[in-house]
Amino acid sequence: MATRVEDSTLIPAVHDTHANHRVAHHDPHTEDASGHHPALQHHFDNLEQQRDATTLGMWTFLVTEIMFFGGLFMAYTVYRVFNPEAFEAASRVLEIKYGAINTAVLIASSLTMAMAVYFSQIGNRKLLVAFLGLTMILGTAFLGIKAIEYSHKFAHNTYPGAVPFEVDHHVVEEYEREKGRPFPDINRVQMFYVIYYGMTGIHALHMVIGIIALGFLTFYGYRGAYSPEYNSPVELTGLYWHFVDIVWIFLFPLLYLIGRH
Amino acid sequence: MSAIDRTARDMPPATPGVKRIAEPRADERPGSNYLNNGYGWKSWLLTKDHKRIGILYLISISLFFALGGIYAGFIRLELLTPQSDLLQPATYNKVFTQHGIIMVFLFLVPSIPATLGNFLIPLMIGAKDLAFPRINLLSWYLLIIGAVFALGAMMYGGVDTGWTFYTPFSSTYSNTYVTATGIGIFVAGFSSILTGLNFIVTIHTMRAPGMTWFRMPLFVWAHYATSLIMILGTPVLAITISLMAFERVTRVGIFDPALGGDPILFQHLFWFYSHPAVYIMLLPGMGIISEIISTFSRKNIFGYKFVAFSSIAIAVFGFLVWGHHMFTTGQSVYAGLVFSFISYAVAVPSAIKVFNWSATLFRGSISYDTPMLYALGFLGLFTLGGMTGVFLAAIGLDVHVHDTYFVVAHFHYIMVGGTLLAYLGGLHYWWPKMFGRMYPEGWGRFSALVVFVGFNLTFFPQFLLGYLGMPRRYAAYPVDIPAFQVLHILSTAGATILGAGLVIPLIYLIWSLIGGPKAAGDPWMATGLEWRTASPPPTENFHETPVVTWNAYEYAPQEDMEVIGKTSPDDKPDRSSYSGA
Repeated sequence: MATRVEDSTLIPAVHDTHANHRVAHHDPHTEDASGHHPALQHHFDNLEQQRDATTLGMWTFLVTEIMFFGGLFMAYTVYRVFNPEAFEAASRVLEIKYGAINTAVLIASSLTMAMAVYFSQIGNRKLLVAFLGLTMILGTAFLGIKAIEYSHKFAHNTYPGAVPFEVDHHVVEEYEREKGRPFPDINRVQMFYVIYYGMTGIHALHMVIGIIALGFLTFYGYRGAYSPEYNSPVELTGLYWHFVDIVWIFLFPLLYLIGRH
Repeated sequence: MSAIDRTARDMPPATPGVKRIAEPRADERPGSNYLNNGYGWKSWLLTKDHKRIGILYLISISLFFALGGIYAGFIRLELLTPQSDLLQPATYNKVFTQHGIIMVFLFLVPSIPATLGNFLIPLMIGAKDLAFPRINLLSWYLLIIGAVFALGAMMYGGVDTGWTFYTPFSSTYSNTYVTATGIGIFVAGFSSILTGLNFIVTIHTMRAPGMTWFRMPLFVWAHYATSLIMILGTPVLAITISLMAFERVTRVGIFDPALGGDPILFQHLFWFYSHPAVYIMLLPGMGIISEIISTFSRKNIFGYKFVAFSSIAIAVFGFLVWGHHMFTTGQSVYAGLVFSFISYAVAVPSAIKVFNWSATLFRGSISYDTPMLYALGFLGLFTLGGMTGVFLAAIGLDVHVHDTYFVVAHFHYIMVGGTLLAYLGGLHYWWPKMFGRMYPEGWGRFSALVVFVGFNLTFFPQFLLGYLGMPRRYAAYPVDIPAFQVLHILSTAGATILGAGLVIPLIYLIWSLIGGPKAAGDPWMATGLEWRTASPPPTENFHETPVVTWNAYEYAPQEDMEVIGKTSPDDKPDRSSYSGA
């Protein structure tokens, strides 16, 4: 760590109630001129209130995201209960090495993101930009590995709506040899892949949005927009990034590991 | 502090005439307000002012409502005769579907929150704007984009699935524009999510000094509860519609049993949003009723905390009752019993509200101005709609009247008798605040009565129709049951009166923008913070940040004021007369 700073300067002082925000009021037309932080939007009284609002806004948004993914998790649960064998067989078709590497990559990117948030709080511009860049690289690596994995599946006609829908015949042979029974109904296996592509696709879309957001942060961070007083964009993008990471932590075992015990 | 005129709001109205054309008070600076702050199209279409965005919503949802109303007119006209003569059955299917989709997704869901809520919540809690003004504007654009998809699909030939999009009909068999309409609803749903998010954050973080949670108007509480449903329910609708569209496009089994899917799962996911959505539509209306009833009874609301928490209770219970839409499907009977029981339980917080409003009226100094007429109408019609909801929560009875006009009548009593009346009441109540002009009171009262009569004549016969076995969503019905046609004719006649009753306010409200008398800052002598600023409010809402030192509904009873002889606006009551109340 480059510099140690007292905690109280890292995090703006916690205020007691919102009631105190507004006692000192300034004419909105002269706020910028009267020494207000340039990042303060006109309808907030001070940076703490703005930070409170944007943080709560991000948490609320993440709640809506949980409900959004929740519908898919619900569908997954129902269909896995209906078709346990088909789901386990379908899960074996996925290549565990890609899933595992990607899990490691994402967890590493969460670490670098947390470091970026830390360096924005202590105002270390150089390391902030470095860690933001590193997070972007790891995020892009995740997407690259995911793309390779998708392309393997497409090569074997393992995607919903493929004519005909198939899976890698090596996996089928291995399954039949090991379990001593025929591979489950291919249409039920296809349902697993509806959910697989639905969930990982929406997850990947969230990754893309996150990487774009990180690109903006890197740009503004390089220009010195963030300081110990004002760094909510970095923090909030961090929250979002960790959320996307956690979704994957659930997806990995549910999609890759259920057929391997 | 000086901006808050504590004496004016303590005064009862002297004579009905005086309060409506009162001169602006001394503390209302003439000149700039949000309406005259810029006139170009950019100043409206790129505005970040919550008040202007509220007006944008008001204009757009009024158009949607008119369109949905025209479809309703076609439905009623077709049902005048037993034969399917005005419309072919296939066309009729599209007509009632468009009516439902427009009214639910483009009118009722955004109606009160996005117009009145958007306009009033920052004013009521003493904030300069919502927490995220840009997201607020974005949510209006999302609604419009959603509407373009939904209405575009309609122009190309429409949808015939009903607003419920039940699979596998929607995902496999329907030969209409299901996917485009689905995209429209998906996008409009995000408008609703962002509005809810904005309200929650605003109410948590933007309250003025002294505006504690239990000093907030009940309108704000109701919107808080509504926002919780918006953010928790709507994403599930989005993913459900996406899965349905995905199945339709790729022909892979998700909901279609022929492809290995589960149609009941669609219904579960759909109603997980769409039952709570009923409360998205109704709760803001309940908030309006609380405001109007206390103002026009000159009384503090009875049991403030109970009314506030009953909104939250309705929001929470609302998420646990969706299965009562599915009593006749393959849903487990035991699940049905639990859903039935919890549906009864929703009656408790709803009844708390009705009882508390009635208790507020008790011994109040009631004046029958237009908003109050709408509020009293709401009270009766919501009670009727709610009680028939208890019928429908009973499994045995529901199996008998499921998918009949009884259900249609029930939810129209809630949606039209409840939400629409509350919306109109609120629109009249806050019209002077929004535009600085009074509407003509006589016409207002007249149209409120016409709407009430027309509404009941339209929908009460439908209870009887349903009980006799008339199914919903049919273009034709048997000739040999004469009661069917008699009741349908009554209903259509009522719809005509209702339609006329809705055109009258449209005309006089628009007229009032030019010809109406100028409104004072607080024409109703109400206590809310929104009345402590000019009408129409300045762009920054308050010239000085208000400091709140009173509870939401500190009204002094009129009798007390009359006893001590303080009935004229010039004759200010002293402190003792106020605190003795």
